[in-house]
Amino acid sequence: MSQALLTVIGEDRPGIVAAVTQALFTADCSIGDASMMRLGGYFTIMQVIDYQRDLGYVEMALEPAIKSLNLRVHLDPISSVALKADLPNTRVTVYGADHPGIVASVTGALAAIGFNVVDLESESSGGVDRPLYVMVIQGFAPDGIESVRKAVLPLREKEGVEVGVHPIEAAVF
Amino acid sequence: MTVLSILTYPDPRLQRKAEAVTTFDDALRQFVDDLTETMYAGPGGVGIAAPQVDRHQRIVVVDVRSKLGDNCHGLMVLINPELVAWEGMAVGREGCMSVPDFTGNVIRAERIQVRAEDVMGRERSYECEGFEARAVQHEMDHLDGFLFLDRLVSRKTDLFRRKNYQK
Repeated sequence: MSQALLTVIGEDRPGIVAAVTQALFTADCSIGDASMMRLGGYFTIMQVIDYQRDLGYVEMALEPAIKSLNLRVHLDPISSVALKADLPNTRVTVYGADHPGIVASVTGALAAIGFNVVDLESESSGGVDRPLYVMVIQGFAPDGIESVRKAVLPLREKEGVEVGVHPIEAAVF
Repeated sequence: MTVLSILTYPDPRLQRKAEAVTTFDDALRQFVDDLTETMYAGPGGVGIAAPQVDRHQRIVVVDVRSKLGDNCHGLMVLINPELVAWEGMAVGREGCMSVPDFTGNVIRAERIQVRAEDVMGRERSYECEGFEARAVQHEMDHLDGFLFLDRLVSRKTDLFRRKNYQK
């Protein structure tokens, strides 16, 4: 069993996920971690797949979907052994009037304390004259949540955005 | 006391609705002791519900002292528990002994009032908040055949926790 990272991009329309996953299924692939979402007017898929034969066979299986839905597809073979990674322990939420530099400023402050971003989702919304930007970052803070608060809370003033820092604790009941 | 074995998803018995307890005898008390022992032996060790050990009766045990110290009710045995009132909502990440190796975000009430009977059949009432309230709600769900998997919400739900953004 080998692993690859599959990237799919196409103009958003119904049926992309179904066509891609059906093709993978018929090519004896199984899907691992996946992120599938609409970004702007495009639908994007990034997913880890386990494949049985060679990548050429996977590409061939995807071909009809690529043609009929006008998709762009990319396959990268990856090491089958997942690196041992730290689980996210902190969530940073940011929202405010959209302006250039919010992400750079927040993630720069996080990088400076060794914060490892595991997941970042953001969305621009609101009206044309009142654009709103929202972002949720999850990651691992090696020095704990207080170091994150110290690093990013000053950005409320500097960037004029709301910033929240919350612990991610999984309680097993 | 005996550590009982835990049913794990996708065992269909976890989805059965539990029956009310009507007899408060020594057999019940023995079972509650075993259930409590099983809870303490588990990975979380803070809560358990009878259906998780294949006993389909409305019995929940919660003890969050390992997490909150003395800032809680200690060991609570909730028999035939009813949620009388609730207030506030919070997102939290939960796992479950019956769903090994998976955790997910779930919305729960922040403060609850629960009425229940104890092992002697005496009526009890508890007001819980935060982590303790979450544990009670998680365990009470088992009595109706629900797992936290039935209540998963997206990470994006966090965006709506505005009142938690302290200035």
